[in-house]
Amino acid sequence: MSNSQWPLWEVFTQKKSGLPFEHAGSVHAPDKELALQNARDVYSRRNEATCIWVVPSEYIISSTPEDMGSFFEPSNDKIYRHPNFYKTPGASFE
Amino acid sequence: MIKYIVTRISTKHREQVLNKPVSESVQDRFTQSTSKFHFMNSATNNSLVKYCLRIADSSLVLGQRLGEWCGHGPILEEDIALTNISLDLIGQARAFYTYAAQLENKGKTEDDFAFFRDEREYYNLLLTEQPNGDFGQTILRQFLISTYSYYFYSALKTSNDSTLSSLAEKSLKEVTYHLRHSSEWLIRLGDGTAESHQRVENAIDELWRFTGDMFDMDEVDELLIKEGIAINLASLKEPWEKKVKEVFLKATLKFPENQFMIQGSRNGKHTEHLGHLLTEMQALPRTFPGAEW
Amino acid sequence: MHTPTEQERETEFQARIDRGEMIEPKDWMPERYRKQLIRMMSQHAHSEVVGMLPEGNWITRAPSLRRKAVLLAKVQDEGGHGLYIYCGTETLDVSREQMIDDLLSGKAKYSSIFNYPTQTWADIGAIGWLVDGAAIVNQTALAKCSYGPYSRAMVRICKEENFHHKQGYEILATLMKGTPEQRAMAQDSMNRWWWPSLMMFGPSDKDSPNSGELMRWKVKRHSNDDLRQRFIDRTVPQAENIGLKVPDADLKFNPETKHYNHGEIDWAEFYNVIKGNGICNRERLKARREAHQQGAWVREAAEAFAAKHKENMIAA
Repeated sequence: MSNSQWPLWEVFTQKKSGLPFEHAGSVHAPDKELALQNARDVYSRRNEATCIWVVPSEYIISSTPEDMGSFFEPSNDKIYRHPNFYKTPGASFE
Repeated sequence: MIKYIVTRISTKHREQVLNKPVSESVQDRFTQSTSKFHFMNSATNNSLVKYCLRIADSSLVLGQRLGEWCGHGPILEEDIALTNISLDLIGQARAFYTYAAQLENKGKTEDDFAFFRDEREYYNLLLTEQPNGDFGQTILRQFLISTYSYYFYSALKTSNDSTLSSLAEKSLKEVTYHLRHSSEWLIRLGDGTAESHQRVENAIDELWRFTGDMFDMDEVDELLIKEGIAINLASLKEPWEKKVKEVFLKATLKFPENQFMIQGSRNGKHTEHLGHLLTEMQALPRTFPGAEW
Repeated sequence: MHTPTEQERETEFQARIDRGEMIEPKDWMPERYRKQLIRMMSQHAHSEVVGMLPEGNWITRAPSLRRKAVLLAKVQDEGGHGLYIYCGTETLDVSREQMIDDLLSGKAKYSSIFNYPTQTWADIGAIGWLVDGAAIVNQTALAKCSYGPYSRAMVRICKEENFHHKQGYEILATLMKGTPEQRAMAQDSMNRWWWPSLMMFGPSDKDSPNSGELMRWKVKRHSNDDLRQRFIDRTVPQAENIGLKVPDADLKFNPETKHYNHGEIDWAEFYNVIKGNGICNRERLKARREAHQQGAWVREAAEAFAAKHKENMIAA
């Protein structure tokens, strides 16, 4: 009996064209074609997708919890990047 | 943070699709084509009923076979994939039975056709009723039939009968995926390990003799071809062989030549496997005739 | 720079949980938290996959084409749920292969309910309505658990599970409107599945060794007894609605607490089935072992093919 297992792939689905891709989950597959098919069969059983991405899990590069402070907190105090920082009634295009 | 996509709407959608009687989903097509019943003579009508039953029977029997895999697949992902194919096929069967019931106009339902006919009245292709065997045999069977169905529905799309053509169009989308799935698997099994190669060769040896049955025609086809309703199955043989050869080549499998073919499904002649499949499938409705489920 | 001690890390971890933060795979976590999650999640995943078997038993015999399609889709969903949870568990650095080995060797457990046989078509209704009903109560609570991947899998599963519950209830409701034989079939099924469904919530809180710790970590959000009560309160009126009798002579609505009081659960039976003495324990494991063993050559073939055709592996 085989004691190894097929590699893991991360699956991203797009609900409708124009919408962002979101992480749906993962599948095991031996290669990219079967990864795509497995993703389709597992994560679009209910019409959830119009497009699917699959990526070998080992190629996902993630920031670490230790990075959190230095990566994300510096943008915390730049409130001038948000439109509601500006009190100019009538100037919005929205 | 990575988020799961919201599936509430689509979950409801699946419920609706599953719960909707097929008669509703194809109702609009019937409405469009009802008027032509007045012009269809009874011979044509009877032939078309039988034609629909053939298609439906093949889909149901193959769907039933694939359903046997559910919970027993070689890996969870593939278990789910085989069930998707099974669900498509059962959906196709329901649609074609419903159309047959409509044409026959004797108040029958899809379930009457499925559960209250014996094996001599079933017209499914012999290949569809063959046991699952190992995964290699299941994949080979699926590939041979999906290739056939792909060309069959591609041609049936042009039928003069608008219901048939729209059912063909929907089914074609489904079998296009079945063909892709089974081809890719066949290539992997054929060109995988020595064991997997041998297993698929054994499956070819077992199943090839039932492939001739797919192209068999009788007076039903003859009459409906004249009316532009049915398609000439002989014309499917060449593209079917070409595709099978192409995939076999990639799978490093030998294409069998000049083999004896077993035929008979057009007349309700079957291997003994079908009787057992039907006995199991039909047990409950036949034990409680008239009951609602 | 000060390296935090194990004790400080645990304190900070507990503080995060108490603030309602979610724990993600790469976050530091106590080894015991990781172990408990692996135990719970793999057990849950195994239950989904083994749970395919009793219902799969009726796929080929479903009494109408519509029922056949619904049942197939439902059993397939269970496989999908098992898959989501296996993947969620893999984020804790345990492979699916390892989890499956533990299941097949008998080391890992799965829900005892699936060791009961499905003898009649009504059992398919009872599983959907009672077993999935109990599962939904459990899983809705787990959707708020502190481990991100588990919680996300549960959110997805809960959405899909509602259809299972409804189709099961519909099967029984249809039988109860049918012939006397059909009604008897439904009631018999109710009699056999009611108590095992109550046992699904696990032993009473006072006998549940892991509960305290799991509650503190917000892996579990409610006690076994609370969830069981919630299930009973929701289910009894549904039974009455379609004329099914709950097989519990002591069942009585308590107007003061607004809950149903129920009779004693036969925990001896529960532990007996857990020990492996249920009617179908052997068959269930045998079926999973066979599927795994007979699939080995398939998995190997695909691996061998991928090794020969590397261009198929990653972007070529």
